[in-house]
Amino acid sequence: MSENKINNAPAADEDILRQATGDEYKYGFVTDIETDIIPQGLSEDVVRLISEKKGEPEWLLDFRLKAYRHWQTLEVPNWAHLKIPPIDFNSISYYAAPKKNAPHSIDEVDPELLKTFDKLGIPLEEQKVLSGMAVDAVMDSVSVKTTHKEKLAELGIIFCSISEAVKDYPDLVKKYLGKVVSYRDNFYAALNSAVFSDGSFVYIPKGVRCPMELSTYFRINASGTGQFERTLIVADDDAYVSYLEGCTAPMRDENQLHAAIVEIIVEDRAEVKYSTVQNWYAGDKDGKGGVYNFVTKRGLCRGDYSKLSWTQVETGSAITWKYPSCVLQGEGSTGEFYSVAVTKNKQQADTGTKMIHIGRNTRSTIVSKGISAGESENSYRGLVKVAPTADGSRNHTQCDSLLLSNRCGAHTFPYVDIMNETAIVEHEATTSKISEEQLFYCNQRGIPTEEAVGLIVNGYAKEVMNKLPMEFAVEAQRLLQVTLEGSVG
Amino acid sequence: MDNILLNVNNLHASINGKEILKGINLTIRQGEVHAIMGPNGSGKSTLSAVLTGNPSFTVTEGSVDFHGKDLLSLSPEDRSHEGLFLSFQYPVEIPGVSMVNFMRAAINAKRKYLNEEPLSASDFLKLMRQKRAIVELDNKLASRSVNEGFSGGEKKRNEIFQMAMLEPLLSILDETDSGLDIDALRIVAEGVNKLKSQENATIVITHYQRLLDYIKPDFVHILYKGRIVMTGGPELALELEKTGYDWIKQKYND
Repeated sequence: MSENKINNAPAADEDILRQATGDEYKYGFVTDIETDIIPQGLSEDVVRLISEKKGEPEWLLDFRLKAYRHWQTLEVPNWAHLKIPPIDFNSISYYAAPKKNAPHSIDEVDPELLKTFDKLGIPLEEQKVLSGMAVDAVMDSVSVKTTHKEKLAELGIIFCSISEAVKDYPDLVKKYLGKVVSYRDNFYAALNSAVFSDGSFVYIPKGVRCPMELSTYFRINASGTGQFERTLIVADDDAYVSYLEGCTAPMRDENQLHAAIVEIIVEDRAEVKYSTVQNWYAGDKDGKGGVYNFVTKRGLCRGDYSKLSWTQVETGSAITWKYPSCVLQGEGSTGEFYSVAVTKNKQQADTGTKMIHIGRNTRSTIVSKGISAGESENSYRGLVKVAPTADGSRNHTQCDSLLLSNRCGAHTFPYVDIMNETAIVEHEATTSKISEEQLFYCNQRGIPTEEAVGLIVNGYAKEVMNKLPMEFAVEAQRLLQVTLEGSVG
Repeated sequence: MDNILLNVNNLHASINGKEILKGINLTIRQGEVHAIMGPNGSGKSTLSAVLTGNPSFTVTEGSVDFHGKDLLSLSPEDRSHEGLFLSFQYPVEIPGVSMVNFMRAAINAKRKYLNEEPLSASDFLKLMRQKRAIVELDNKLASRSVNEGFSGGEKKRNEIFQMAMLEPLLSILDETDSGLDIDALRIVAEGVNKLKSQENATIVITHYQRLLDYIKPDFVHILYKGRIVMTGGPELALELEKTGYDWIKQKYND
């Protein structure tokens, strides 16, 4: 990590606090690598070309084409509290791959690519993978390398790119793909289903606790491309897995589109923890460039007493539109959503969750911590729905906003839809500002303003940060601090 | 005059264009305890805020020398690093930030300023344990969020605990006695006395003689309408306790 800069300016003066962000986006480099990139634009031929390049079976091409045709009938959604400039879907290239493909050992991976992942701090090389984390790395459209595969295979765990899964485990993929997030779900889900290029596939067999964190790093490198990855996680009866997702992109003046789908299926008594640290390039101070992050994430707690927990730390992207959700179908199943969303400068985020209670005695917890700075707009949007079948279900929602400037916006849009009178649903919300008194108190004790803001923000977000796996929590804390440098006021 | 710690010379300060301090002169030497008394609104808290660099106030005239440094040119955190400490009248709550993390950030910021290595976790915790005892501060309080849900007495004890941690040269206790019952007052005062040495000095801002029974001042100043109108020994505080401030108001009202 880069060192934190400490600004010794006198505290609390709005003008000083308003000064430019101290820390540059440090993942903003571009890797010079030969890329196989298809021409811009989207058509049935492009969909066929992607499928062909990936050597896909007929059923998958059909799935893509159905999705594409459906997508053509859809309008761009505009119900979120976001100002999204018109996107020309024909000016995007839908497939870009580093040319040296499908390496079988570390020696075959392009050294430039290894350097990139090195810079990102991803321990791709096997000998470095001592941290006990299995990593799948996706650069532009393809999965570059998955580590620890053999060790996981001994336990019957499948962790590979979704392209490999299509080839090696077609029955599993066919059984689950699109079952939680249908291509009919929404505009971006349809688009992703038509053109998704790669992503990760995880299958944890019955009764297996995955002994290490599984992790995917996503990186958009090529210019003028979109990234459309697709992640599918299946935890069979009594299985457990903790899955981490991280992402970065180069700094570019143009906007890049990222439209991903994550589907999770949780069977009887199984548990999935899904953690995200999202740090796509957010654009510059004036809002130029940055990634549009339009993501559909949903898990189905199909099994009785199953559990799905989403934890997200969202600091990047020019525009974020995502609502990781839980469908609580199994009796006594549990859904959790812990979120810290930070926006600064001209960033916009509209994020939250949906908890759909269908089974009896289902439980859900929502803890959302929004932090807005600069001229950003930060919205929480959440739905708690209790179906007539969901006797004795409970939800607790806590939704907090922290404002770091006078020009930012914090909004909450909580929707509650209860069709069962035995349900208990609670909602708490607070809005606060870092006060000048707090900053001066810290200053008087010798803590400079920047560091004080980091302390206070991390304190505010602690409840969510504590849910992150250890290895991630430290990085996320530092990220939170660095992200907000110079953005109070 | 080699042991002068603080020299305030003709200090004027205002807030929102309103002048509160109208020419303060004050000299404090190492090893001394100064009490500053005066009726409400006379500028006592403003003086402590201005000395520590609270940005709400503007210094319009005068100078302050703090052991050879031009105090007014330093940022609030550097004033702290140079050895100035304020025990706040109303300590603020910082939710979610544990006292341990807060103090560690404070101590290590100071060490960084002095070009020293940060304290190791174990050394730091040892230091905390040792200093906590001075104000009989519970271990549980130390692991809670800064001042959050603390009682009035706990907050003030926590202030003195922080003073013990930071080992300042000059401490300003701003109405540390307000809101304290007699037991808490005794604990706080004993804490302050334990921290006294030949090198450091203390300014005690208070309305009442009560605290001065515990923390014996060498000098008592009466601040009225932004000026120090009278300076004496401990007997001046006793006099005020008997007669109140009315005679001061009459004498110095224009």
